[in-house]
Amino acid sequence: MPVPARLVDRPRPRQGRNVPVVEFDDVTKVYDGGSVGLERVSMRIGRGDFVFLVGPTGCGKSTCMRLLMKEIEPSEGRISIAGRVIGDVPRKRVPYLRRNIGVVFQDYKLLPNRTVYANVAYALEVIGEPRESIRRKVPDILRLVGLSTKLHAYPDELSGGEQQRVSIARAFVNHPPLLLCDEPTGNLDPETSIGIMQLIYRINRTGTTVLVATHDREMVDKMRRRVIELAEGRIIRDQVSGLYRPDESTKEFAIRLRGELGIGDEGNPN
Amino acid sequence: MRPGFFLKEAFRALRRNAAPSLAAMLTVLLTALVLGVFIPVVQATTGTANKVRSRVVVNIYLADNITQPQLTALRNRLNTTANVKTVNYISKQQALNELQAQRKGTSEAIQLLGSNPLPATYRVVPKDPGQVQGIVDSLVKVDPTSGKKTFAMPGIGDVRNREQDTNKILSATSLVKTLTASLAALLVLASIALIANTIRLSIFARRREVEVMKLVGATNWFIRWPFVIEGVVVGFMGGVLAILLLWIIKDTLVDPLSDRFALIAAPNTIQFPALIAVLLASCVAVSALGSGLTLRRFLRV
Repeated sequence: MPVPARLVDRPRPRQGRNVPVVEFDDVTKVYDGGSVGLERVSMRIGRGDFVFLVGPTGCGKSTCMRLLMKEIEPSEGRISIAGRVIGDVPRKRVPYLRRNIGVVFQDYKLLPNRTVYANVAYALEVIGEPRESIRRKVPDILRLVGLSTKLHAYPDELSGGEQQRVSIARAFVNHPPLLLCDEPTGNLDPETSIGIMQLIYRINRTGTTVLVATHDREMVDKMRRRVIELAEGRIIRDQVSGLYRPDESTKEFAIRLRGELGIGDEGNPN
Repeated sequence: MRPGFFLKEAFRALRRNAAPSLAAMLTVLLTALVLGVFIPVVQATTGTANKVRSRVVVNIYLADNITQPQLTALRNRLNTTANVKTVNYISKQQALNELQAQRKGTSEAIQLLGSNPLPATYRVVPKDPGQVQGIVDSLVKVDPTSGKKTFAMPGIGDVRNREQDTNKILSATSLVKTLTASLAALLVLASIALIANTIRLSIFARRREVEVMKLVGATNWFIRWPFVIEGVVVGFMGGVLAILLLWIIKDTLVDPLSDRFALIAAPNTIQFPALIAVLLASCVAVSALGSGLTLRRFLRV
């Protein structure tokens, strides 16, 4: 399969290619109340991968996300990001760790009293980005997510899909090597969801590793990417090109839809 | 890093959080006002009391029939008594002159009397005014039942001091001091609590911002600074208002009166600029403390 020119043009550190971006090594998380979030989970996500994390509510998807953000600490096991064990990152350095991770949530987490532009600019301001670089980057990223005409709109003047685009713009404005999406289409109708997924996919194609936690079955089936399925804190399936449910018999349906939506195999680098 | 950004955020929060900020500001104002009034008052009364204390003397009134050897013996005894700084002899004539200088129109009364009624005096200045009773006790024994005085040496007419008067002033001063200190302490506590509460409400009102800041990797102090500034601004404004009020009171009330009342014009009270500095510094310190306490509790990053 021909590799797109874009990926060849971008030089990457050699040594980094083999190091997985995310690595869970026998990770267990037991919450203070005694409930088990994750149980002996091991997984490796390579650079540029697109991974769906699926499973019913309470299966440990969000625990994975919060562990990666170092909001919570694993009870046992090790988590590494780009080869660095994040358990060893001191509290004071956690903000700098988070600057390398973009996060998108189901509820967007936009600031209601700031415009689209200000929302994205805010994320850069608080990490001390110089003013002129903010002025350059923000319109760029908003053009990328297709909101260049709504710079000065407030979040409540936007549709759900557009708000999610703003939140993706904010997560990706710094071009972090890892993008975490926690139920990015959970609040959106199927049509809008497809647009959002296409956007995330496009971001993935620039070389960003993407981890999407979702229980949007249609989306997973259409995209046909790597699927890691969790149940009660355990990995029960890790499939390179999977469906939401392995026993799904709507393969043809999915393939037809993918053709219609243009998320087909022809642009797929893998 | 970005003082402009911090200030902008702090004032944005102040506008949105106006009611609790106002309450906190008023408490700070009250604290500063109480301190600003009572620091000079306490200083003035203490100063006056000290002045009176420095005039504390023991007067040993001599009998008219005292002999020269008795006089010398008494003087020697006084010079060797503990706590005695100076001993002055005031003759009957000097005592009369002093009285006449103090009160005009007594000379006629003295003339009418025909002779000088004032006794000659040894005036003893103690080293430590607080221990003056020791000097008195070394010269006089008072019988507790009859109140009859027995003197240690012949030729002594009476022994007296002004200790009683100063004790009253001093105990009043120390009462004022204690009351002021406890009132100020209470008000400082209230200010800290109210500032802390204001900042807590502000953190709550801005929890989305805080969440986003944590999410995109703002450092802890980058998140905290706007809140600290908000608290300090509240304290500072309260302090400035209190100082304005104090200045108005000083200008319209105290200054015109100070010509007439020595207590107000007491020279050894704190100067106004120094008072301003002390008050502003304490307001800012109190508010920084309040913000800091809340941030520690509610903004674990």
